[in-house]
Amino acid sequence: MDIKAKIIDDEGFTRTITRLAHEILEKNKGSKNIVLIGMRTRGVFIAERIRNKIREIEKFEPSFGTLDVTLYRDDFRTRLKQPEVSVTDITFDVNEKDIILIDDVLYTGRTVRAALDAVMDLGRPNTIQLCVLVDRGHRELPIKADFVGKNIPTSINEEVRVRLIEVDGEDAVYLVNAPNKN
Amino acid sequence: MKIVLKQINLLNPEQKLNQRCDLLIEDGVIRKIDDLKPEDLKSSKVYEFENKYCVPGLLDMHVHLREPGREDEETVVTGCNGAAAGGFTAVASMPNTNPDTDSAEIVRFIKEKAKDHLVDVFPVAAASLGRKGEALAPMYELYEAGAVGFSDDGVAIKSSLVLRHAMEYAKMFSAPIIEHCEDESLADGAMNESITSTILGLPAIPNVAEDLIVMRDIMLAEFTGAKVHIAHVSSKNAVELVRQAKKKGINITAEVTPHHFTLTDEMVKTFDTNYKMNPPLRTRADIDAMIEGLKDGTIDCIASDHAPHSIEEKEMEFIYAPNGIIGLETTLGIALSDLVHKKHLTIEQLVEKLSINPRKVLNIPQVVIKEGEVANLTIFDPQQIWTVDIAKFKSKSKNSPFDKRLLTGKSIAVINKRKMYFEDKFFDI
Amino acid sequence: MSLSSRHLLGLYGVPREDIQLILDTATTFREVLERPIKKVPTLQGKTIVNLFYENSTRTRISFELAQKRLSADTINFSTSSSSTKKGETFKDTVRNIEAMKVDMIVVRHQSAGVPQYLTKISKANIINAGDGLHEHPTQGLLDMYSIREKLGRLEGLKVCIVGDVSHSRVALSNIFGLKSMGAKVSVCGPATMIPTGIESLGVKVYHSINEAIEKHDVLNVLRIQLERNAGVKIPSLREYHQYFGITTERIEKYNKDILILHPGPINRGVELSSEVADGPYQVILDQVTNGVAIRMAVLYLLGTMHN
Repeated sequence: MDIKAKIIDDEGFTRTITRLAHEILEKNKGSKNIVLIGMRTRGVFIAERIRNKIREIEKFEPSFGTLDVTLYRDDFRTRLKQPEVSVTDITFDVNEKDIILIDDVLYTGRTVRAALDAVMDLGRPNTIQLCVLVDRGHRELPIKADFVGKNIPTSINEEVRVRLIEVDGEDAVYLVNAPNKN
Repeated sequence: MKIVLKQINLLNPEQKLNQRCDLLIEDGVIRKIDDLKPEDLKSSKVYEFENKYCVPGLLDMHVHLREPGREDEETVVTGCNGAAAGGFTAVASMPNTNPDTDSAEIVRFIKEKAKDHLVDVFPVAAASLGRKGEALAPMYELYEAGAVGFSDDGVAIKSSLVLRHAMEYAKMFSAPIIEHCEDESLADGAMNESITSTILGLPAIPNVAEDLIVMRDIMLAEFTGAKVHIAHVSSKNAVELVRQAKKKGINITAEVTPHHFTLTDEMVKTFDTNYKMNPPLRTRADIDAMIEGLKDGTIDCIASDHAPHSIEEKEMEFIYAPNGIIGLETTLGIALSDLVHKKHLTIEQLVEKLSINPRKVLNIPQVVIKEGEVANLTIFDPQQIWTVDIAKFKSKSKNSPFDKRLLTGKSIAVINKRKMYFEDKFFDI
Repeated sequence: MSLSSRHLLGLYGVPREDIQLILDTATTFREVLERPIKKVPTLQGKTIVNLFYENSTRTRISFELAQKRLSADTINFSTSSSSTKKGETFKDTVRNIEAMKVDMIVVRHQSAGVPQYLTKISKANIINAGDGLHEHPTQGLLDMYSIREKLGRLEGLKVCIVGDVSHSRVALSNIFGLKSMGAKVSVCGPATMIPTGIESLGVKVYHSINEAIEKHDVLNVLRIQLERNAGVKIPSLREYHQYFGITTERIEKYNKDILILHPGPINRGVELSSEVADGPYQVILDQVTNGVAIRMAVLYLLGTMHN
């Protein structure tokens, strides 16, 4: 990794998660109708932490699921490697629920578009709200996050890397140099 | 016209001829076998054939000319063109034409078609009417019209009773019964039965389907005293049966095709229908037995079983495609590459297998290379390296698995009936 | 992660990693089959032809469902309703279909080797849905998936294929696939129904159904072809059932833990008793469901492959 800057350290991480949990509860009026869906792979871990925080604050645990959007992607033909599918695990009914989709980084918006299609194939939710740890700009579709941990403006030659203890051994968000991969 | 084959190696084991010198032919007759003086060369067309071999014209005794009936696949003339290109001055044509060659008219028709060609055609007639194995064909009449042998080729003569009678009858004029040895009830398949057929899931024909009929025919030959020739032997057990029969003095001869001494059934893994023939390609052990049989004389002849098929017939799903490949233009090259150059046979022995023995089996007079005799010669170069190019073949059909194969040994020219074929052209001499 | 070939012609020589990938991918699609909307847009815009020269309702429907659930456009071509009746050659039929720009061809045919032949005359991805007596790879895959689903693994399991092994593409695909995945494979049936040289593939031969039940973890029971076999390879179906049929009595006596598979359709009272066909030891209907998931996985992996 060619690191340019550490945007969030481990303490900042915890504070951001806490704030996001409070925002979600505030906007949905502490409602018991919310369900959390983490987008594979890192979105799942972030969603778990938000769930734990909500449990701490409200003493109730919202329903939790994981979503694999590979089958809904729009970039099969252009990607260098064939994407590997994984399992979607949503065992509850999504009808009339307020779904909080949770991912680590929001960039072009295409992954979220795929996630919207995937969730709509499961039923008709009341609302779908988007919660991301980082918004790095450069949207290619009209997608907006409802809850943002941090806005990090980036150029095309940069990337945002989210590191998690569960996967990478530390909690941090880095801004790194990445050569233009077109 | 006078032509001279200069410094050629003359070879004929039947005459114990093995000499290198010039050969002068005038108006199709051999005039001089000796080193020639410049005066003789002056008025002649001289062919510089140093290091080439000149042998009694080769005879392919198992060829399907397809005429009458399938002139789209081959005609008598195109087949003979292919034969000449392959180094043969004579062929024996098989009777599974349409209609079958089971009447004298058809024998005469075939001979008429070949009348003016360099290549002689000796028709083999059907042994039974329509090759159904039920009633004898008019064998005497067929013989008088020019048939040199009798066969239901394509199938074995089904009824042992009919076979017995055919043998006893043909014995009267010493014509051989040529048998395609296959027990029909065991032979419902598209390839040889082995582990390969199991892996490929193809219905298969075991060796024993051939062995059974070889055994039947040997025993009937012993019983009747008739002359029996086993066509396209492919099974090692069959070779051993013929070997033992010969030891007992039974009048049995056998032939083998080039594909049966070079290709194994593993080639079918490609599902290329050019590896589908009957009898099927068999295993390495069978190939070794064929070569051994050629070496020790158990197998008397090499014949191509030239079986032309149209493109749309062979370009088909494997189990539906017809059996057979062409062979006139590759037989000599393959025999030289895979038998002579691999030191299994000498050139003399090869001449026996391709020229002398076929004539013995079919009671056709031997070619004699002697001053005063009509020239009937095959000239070939055992060292010439060439690549098989089916697009250039003279045969009308192109179904051969040997395309693009590199061979060592090629026919250069053939001479017969006052005609010569050389460098792709026929001309009078 | 990608398959190593752009076709699925059989399981012979297919690397273990490829089989693993297909089985794992099928798990994803198994979940899709439980949803209310059993559809994903993944193969939208792809055209798939089902070229069935041999009749088969179930396999064709299974493939069709798999294709439709992946949002592909599917076309069915069966010989009864087609140009072959007018004498068109196979090659011409395929060429005509190619000219309509199709992406994938699923083919079933009486002759072995037809899928291989198709790869030479077509640019589409070719999937073998059964070629003569040769292979039926998606059946082999769904059988392996069903075993793994129930028993948790394939490595080291003892699987026995029972019935007319000599005329069975299901048997061959199972043998090749299971061996690649580390299972021990044997066959059981009357001697007339065991193919030449099968032992040299590392497969043990049994002629006693009791022994087969006792010594294996899984039995994959093939259907006895009524038309073909009775009177020729076996004296009668009644005798077959008596000596090779699988009944509850036999299972309870020799191995209550046995798992029974059958590719269908079942001849009740011949290879399986009705009781076994409906009982707790079999996963026959799961095989059918898994079949759609496996076919979706194969179509997905081939259809999204870069060419």
